[in-house]
Amino acid sequence: MNAIVCEPAVATNAGCAARVASYHCEVMEHRWVNARYKYLRLHAQAPLARITRCGQFYQLRCPVSERQQPFLLRPMSVYGTGPEEGTIEFLYNVTGVGTRALAELPVGGTMEIVGPLGNTFGFDPAYQRILVVARGVGLATMAPLVREAGNNGVAVTALMSARSPADLMREEFLRGVEAQVHSVYDSDGSSAVERIEILLRELIETQALQAVYTCGSHRLLMLLQRVLADYPGIRGEVAMEQRMACGMGVCLSCVRLFDCGKEKGGKQDMQFLRVCREGPVFPISTVVGEVEFG
Amino acid sequence: MADRYEDPQRVDLRVHVGDLILRNPVMPASGCFAIEYREALDLNRLGALVIKSVSPKSRAGNPTPRVAETHGGMLNSIGIPSKGLEYFRASVLPPYTAYDTPVVVSISADTAEEFAAACAEVSLPEVAAIEANISCPNLEADGMAFAMAPETTYRAISAIRRCTQHPVWAKLTPNAANVAAVAKAAEEAGADAVVMGNTVLGMAIDVRTRKPKLGNVMGGLSGPAIKPIALRMVHQCHRAVRIPVIGCGGIATAEDALEFMLAGASAVQVGTASFIDPGVMQKIIDGLQAYCEQEGIAHLRELTGAVQLDRQLTDRWLRFAQQSG
Ligand SMILES: Cc1cc2nc3c(=O)[nH]c(=O)nc-3n(C[C@H](O)[C@H](O)[C@H](O)COP(=O)(O)OP(=O)(O)OC[C@H]3O[C@@H](n4cnc5c(N)ncnc54)[C@H](O)[C@@H]3O)c2cc1C
Ligand SMILES: Cc1cc2nc3c(=O)[nH]c(=O)nc-3n(C[C@H](O)[C@H](O)[C@H](O)COP(=O)(O)O)c2cc1C
Ligand code: FES
Repeated sequence: MNAIVCEPAVATNAGCAARVASYHCEVMEHRWVNARYKYLRLHAQAPLARITRCGQFYQLRCPVSERQQPFLLRPMSVYGTGPEEGTIEFLYNVTGVGTRALAELPVGGTMEIVGPLGNTFGFDPAYQRILVVARGVGLATMAPLVREAGNNGVAVTALMSARSPADLMREEFLRGVEAQVHSVYDSDGSSAVERIEILLRELIETQALQAVYTCGSHRLLMLLQRVLADYPGIRGEVAMEQRMACGMGVCLSCVRLFDCGKEKGGKQDMQFLRVCREGPVFPISTVVGEVEFG
Repeated sequence: MADRYEDPQRVDLRVHVGDLILRNPVMPASGCFAIEYREALDLNRLGALVIKSVSPKSRAGNPTPRVAETHGGMLNSIGIPSKGLEYFRASVLPPYTAYDTPVVVSISADTAEEFAAACAEVSLPEVAAIEANISCPNLEADGMAFAMAPETTYRAISAIRRCTQHPVWAKLTPNAANVAAVAKAAEEAGADAVVMGNTVLGMAIDVRTRKPKLGNVMGGLSGPAIKPIALRMVHQCHRAVRIPVIGCGGIATAEDALEFMLAGASAVQVGTASFIDPGVMQKIIDGLQAYCEQEGIAHLRELTGAVQLDRQLTDRWLRFAQQSG
């Protein structure tokens, strides 16, 4: 289930019993963490903590209110699970119809979530140090990875980018895991690509990193792709987003183009892959930096 | 033949679609189902398995974004991404045929001849029926499709009929002006059933960016928003033809499925509703079971076309209304 790209997912899970379901959840906690983001903790009568892996997501059935009437489910990364078996957490940006409706859900209310969906980050507990490069909602997606590293005694370096210090959500990201944090901001110009490149190269040169993970910024993704091309020994992975309907690999709405390397004849093997199924985690090297078809 | 997935104590949910007997009337709609749903459903309990349309020509599909939500439904412009029939037979079809459930292959093509050749190629023993998607609005210019008119429907279905002994289901489009005439043309050309129907051609614009919400500009509307349209057309088809009608469009609950059967459907297809709950088809089957038990119905198939119409009502009304000034 790791981010091994370009192999059909059809053959996996052969004959396995029902695994993905719509879970009925109760809202245990629901609060603003800053002006734009909300934290949501749900509880289901199902062992969600046990069946959910790091990097996976669920599709949330946002409530219908008089003002907001979302129809499709909203894909959301799992921000955390446990300690109780049935507990699952999300951290989300309140932006459009669905998330605005979601934001109105009261504690004690109920909602359906469908999952777990998608593949997982490729993480080896034997790693010494990983680098996580986060911006915006990307930190929700990578928070479980930081926790897993912490649990396994793997050192974490975090490069966090935000509009301003008020938007950083450092504690929300690390959740008590010790990490070497480098924060950069739009407000003081430190998040400029040229300056981050210098910082990145320095971190890679001076720290024995085995893997780099990113989520939340196309600009940072493209920078990492360029920089990591010089360090083929380092695993580089990105969690991607795309418009979804089914979230399960069925409808083909969430495809993106990926560069799967050279074919036998020497031609580049370019393939449309489903972000919900072959992803959301992909090797950074395979991403095609086309922004028009976002 | 006894179906080992059927409980003999329970109500008889079996339905007939031509010569084909299905264990219950609930099957997925093409393009809204794939093998991945085995993780959310027991595929041995569905009435049939309908696969995403395949076209003989390789194509990439339409530009992204390919979906957009609308009030009570969604627009899609997936297109028919396809790696051709050889790939389909070798890599797509086999996992579906591993179940004890009839497999329906859906074909899309650009010309009547291409349709016929493709249907011949998938007329395999492990395939129970072929659905000819003569209605996909995305592929032809401005959504024009064979099923828009009786003549082109007749041409496509009769070309297919000459090339296969397999049951052929014609999937019609609600975008046609006169679906009864189109259904009749399909019947006359030798179709074993009609599926009514596909998506309703639609469009949505983001007022902030002023761009269409779909990469393809236009796309097919599906979900509860189209249910009354599909239901009306199923009823019109039921009146127009003797071959079975399979209902499709906005079905999300057992009650929806029952409505379609009463309107004249022998079986139903569930599309968009699976995107909201991948386990919904099983819930619909369970709901049909419960309804039959509550209503004392021994054989679900007796409901087909059983809507209670009062043919004299209009006459009585006219007489009654004469009293008014
Ligand atoms: C795998 C995955 C994980 C995600 N994890 C998180 C997370 O942990 N926290 C978080 O805040 N956000 C996350 N997102 C983004 C989140 O799905 C969107 O912000 C959300 O769908 C917006 O819905 P809306 O109704 O508020 O916005 P609207 O703009 O009203 O949505 C309209 C439609 O577009 C879709 N859409 C809009 N933005 C996105 C987007 N960025 N990605 C995919 N679909 C989109 C919606 O799902 C909906 O169908 C994730 C996206 C994906 C694909
Ligand atoms: C994402 C998506 C893809 C579809 N792909 C196909 C297809 O390949 N072939 C086809 O005949 N119909 C296709 N359809 C139409 C459905 O099979 C169905 O006719 C339509 O969605 C109406 O049913 P619903 O309201 O239950 O979804 C597609 C629909 C959707 C939403
Ligand atoms: S969302 Fe349907 S295939 Fe990915």
